[in-house]
Amino acid sequence: MLKALEGSQAIAQTVALCRPQVVAAYPITPQTHIVENIAKLVADGKMDCELVSVESEFSAASLVLGAASAGSRTYTASASQGILLMSEVLYNIAGLRVPMVLTCANRAISAPLSIWNDQQDSMAVRDAGWIQLYCADNQEAVDTTIQAYRIAEATELPVMVCMDGFTLTHTLEPIDIPEQDMVDSYLPPFNFKRALDPANPTSVGTLVSPDFYSEARHSHHHALLDAADEIIAADNDWKQLSGRSAGGLLSVDGPDDARIGILTLGSVFGTLSEARDEYTELPPTKLIKLRSYRPFPVDALRHACAGLTELIVLERAISPGYGGIVSAEVQMALSGKPDMPRIHSFAVGLGGRDIPLDIYRKLHAAIKVPEPRAFSIIDVEPEKLPVEDHGIESANTDSNQQRSIS
Amino acid sequence: MKTNKRAVTADMLVHLRKNQPRFEGIESGHRACLGCGEALAARLVTEAAGPEVMIANATGCLEIFTTPWPESAWRLPWMHSLFENTGAIAAGMEAALKAQGKPTKVLAFGGDGATFDIGFQALSGMLERGHNVLYVCFDNEAYMNTGIQRSSSTPHAAMTTTSPPGSERMGKRHLKKNILTIVAAHQIPYAATTSVAYASDLRKKVRRAMEIEGPTFLQIHSPCPLGWGHDSAHSIKVARLAVQTGLFPVIELERSELIGSMPIRHPRPVTDYLKLQQRFRHLFNKDDARAVEELAHIQALADHNIKHYCLDGEGMDALDSDGADTVRRGGMRWA
Repeated sequence: MLKALEGSQAIAQTVALCRPQVVAAYPITPQTHIVENIAKLVADGKMDCELVSVESEFSAASLVLGAASAGSRTYTASASQGILLMSEVLYNIAGLRVPMVLTCANRAISAPLSIWNDQQDSMAVRDAGWIQLYCADNQEAVDTTIQAYRIAEATELPVMVCMDGFTLTHTLEPIDIPEQDMVDSYLPPFNFKRALDPANPTSVGTLVSPDFYSEARHSHHHALLDAADEIIAADNDWKQLSGRSAGGLLSVDGPDDARIGILTLGSVFGTLSEARDEYTELPPTKLIKLRSYRPFPVDALRHACAGLTELIVLERAISPGYGGIVSAEVQMALSGKPDMPRIHSFAVGLGGRDIPLDIYRKLHAAIKVPEPRAFSIIDVEPEKLPVEDHGIESANTDSNQQRSIS
Repeated sequence: MKTNKRAVTADMLVHLRKNQPRFEGIESGHRACLGCGEALAARLVTEAAGPEVMIANATGCLEIFTTPWPESAWRLPWMHSLFENTGAIAAGMEAALKAQGKPTKVLAFGGDGATFDIGFQALSGMLERGHNVLYVCFDNEAYMNTGIQRSSSTPHAAMTTTSPPGSERMGKRHLKKNILTIVAAHQIPYAATTSVAYASDLRKKVRRAMEIEGPTFLQIHSPCPLGWGHDSAHSIKVARLAVQTGLFPVIELERSELIGSMPIRHPRPVTDYLKLQQRFRHLFNKDDARAVEELAHIQALADHNIKHYCLDGEGMDALDSDGADTVRRGGMRWA
C-alpha cells in the first residue's frame, strides 16, 4: 500500500523489516532522520534490536563490525565526513568479508563545508571493497535496502546503499513499504558461518606476510565481480515477490533508436527523465541508470551503449586534477568497442547546487562539438570565480560555445 | 583387603597443582621476544578468564606475535580489527551476544598506545555506555611494535626513539598519563592495576572483573626487555621493582573510589628500578646536573604515589608480606 513517507522514515521502517539485531550510528546531516526514526521504532517497541548510539562514526562502523563478527545482522548509516571518518573501518570490514548494510545519505565533503548533496563521500570509498548500489528514488532505496541484506549475506560482502541526501532522504514520496511476511520470506535469518564462537574458536584479522596478501586481494576482487550475479538474482526474486525491480546492475530507459545516452547515478535520473518529456524537440535520448557502481558492470554497460554515438556521463563528484571519476571507468569499459560512442564528462549539482530541468538542454548543447571537450563542471557560474583562477576566461569560452549552439 | 589411606603431603599438593588441567587461552610457540611481559600477562589473563570468552584485540605486538597467518596461538575466539577501535569492536561483540542471549564475556586487549592514545575515544565510549566488557591494557609504556616510540604512558624521562636524550632533552618531557583514574572517572564498577610480577594478584583481579556485569578495566604493567633495555631474564624482577619503588601503584577502584592497594613494606629507591633499564641510562651520568635533578624528580613521583595511594605497608598489618600475596582492602580509610 502506498504511503506518503519521507525517504528517511521509509528507510527506517524498511531496516526494521529486515530485523537487524544490532544498529549503531552517529548523527550527521542528512542521515539523522534515518537513525532518529529507528530510535523511535525501538523506543515504541516496534523494532527489537540493540541500538547503540556511539561516540563517532569510526565507532559506529567498528561496533557493527564487532557485532556482525559475533554473528548478528547489523545496520549503520552515515554521510560525508562520517563516511570519511569510517573509511579505515570500511576497508577493514570488506577485507574481513563481513556482511552488513550501510546507508550512505550522499553529501558533499568539506572544505568548504557543505551539508548538501553530491556523491563525493561514497566515491571517496569506492575502492574500500564494498558493493555500492545507487538509488534513483525512495522506492528504489527501500527495495534496495532489503535486497542489500540478501546480497551481503549471500556474498559475504558489505553493501553500501547510496541515496542522495535531502533530495531523497528528506523528500516525501508515495512509497510502498512491504509487509513483514514478504520480507521474512525473502530474507532468511542471518547465519554467518564464520561467526566467532567459543565452541569453535577461530582467529580473525590476522597478520599476513607478502606470501598471502596478493591472494587475499585477488579473492576479494573476484568476490566483488562475482557478486554481480547475486545482485541480478536478488532483484529478480524481489520483482517476483513485490512486482518491482530496483534496476539490477543498470537499467536503460528510452527509445531503441536513440543515438545519445546520458549515464547517471542516483536521483538526477528523475530530473533528466522529466526534462526529456519537457524538451521533446531535442534528439531521442537513452537514460542509463547505473545502480551497481561496485561491482562495475562492464558487460552490461557495453550492451547498454550499443547503438549510441554520444554518451554523456553525468558526475556528482570529481577527482580534482583529473576530472570525472565515473567517466574514466566508462571510457575504459567501452574502449576497444568498434562502435564506441564519444564520451562527454560533466559534473553537475556539486554541494547541493540545484539541478534544473534545463540541464538536459545544456547537456545536449554541450556535446555538439567537433571533439569531446575536457571534463568540466557544467553548472559553474563564471562571474563568481576569482580572476586569478582563470575561471572567467575558460567559463566564458564555455558559455560562448553554449550560446552559439543554443 | 587393605586400604591404603595415604596422608596428603605438601609434595602431593605441589604435584596435584602442577598437573591439574588448566585452561590456556594462548598457546606456546608464538613469536614474542624472550622475556616478553605482555605474552605472560595475556596467558595469565586468559587462564583466569576461562574458555567462555570472546576477544577483541588491538593492533600491536600481542596481535602480531600470536597470529602470523596461517598460524595462531589463540584457543579462544579472537578478532583483530584495527588499532584504535578495540573498545568499539568489543562493544559490538557484546551487543550482538546480548541480542543473541549468549552468556559469553567479551574481553578487549590493547597495549598502552591502543588504550591511552589512539583508541582512547572508543574506550571512553564503551565505558560510558556500560558495555559488559573487561578491557585489559597491557602497559609496556611505549609503542614497542613499531620500534619503541613514546606514548602517553611512557614514564617521565624515559628514552624512546622519539624521546631521545640529548643536549636539550632528558628523555620524555611529560608525565605518564594516569589512565586508571581517567577510566575510573567513567564511574565504572571496577578498575584496577596489576603487574605481571604478581601473578596471583593478576588472576584474582581478572576473576573479580569477570564476575561483574558491566565495564571493567585492568591495567597490567608488562615489561618489554627490548624497549626498556633490560636483561630478558629479569622481566619479573624489573616489574616487581616498579611496584616496590612506588612508581607503579597496584590499586583497585570501584566507581572511582580507591578500595584497595598493594602495600609496600620497604619501599625501594627508584634508582634500584631505573638502573636495570637502558631507557634510563642517561639519568646515571653523575657529571650531568640535569640527571641528578631528574632522579630526584622521579623519586618524588614515587614518594607521591606511596602517600597518595596509601601504599606504605610499614607496620600496618601482620599479614603484610611485601605485597606478594596481600592486597589491603579498605582504601582511603587509612589515609
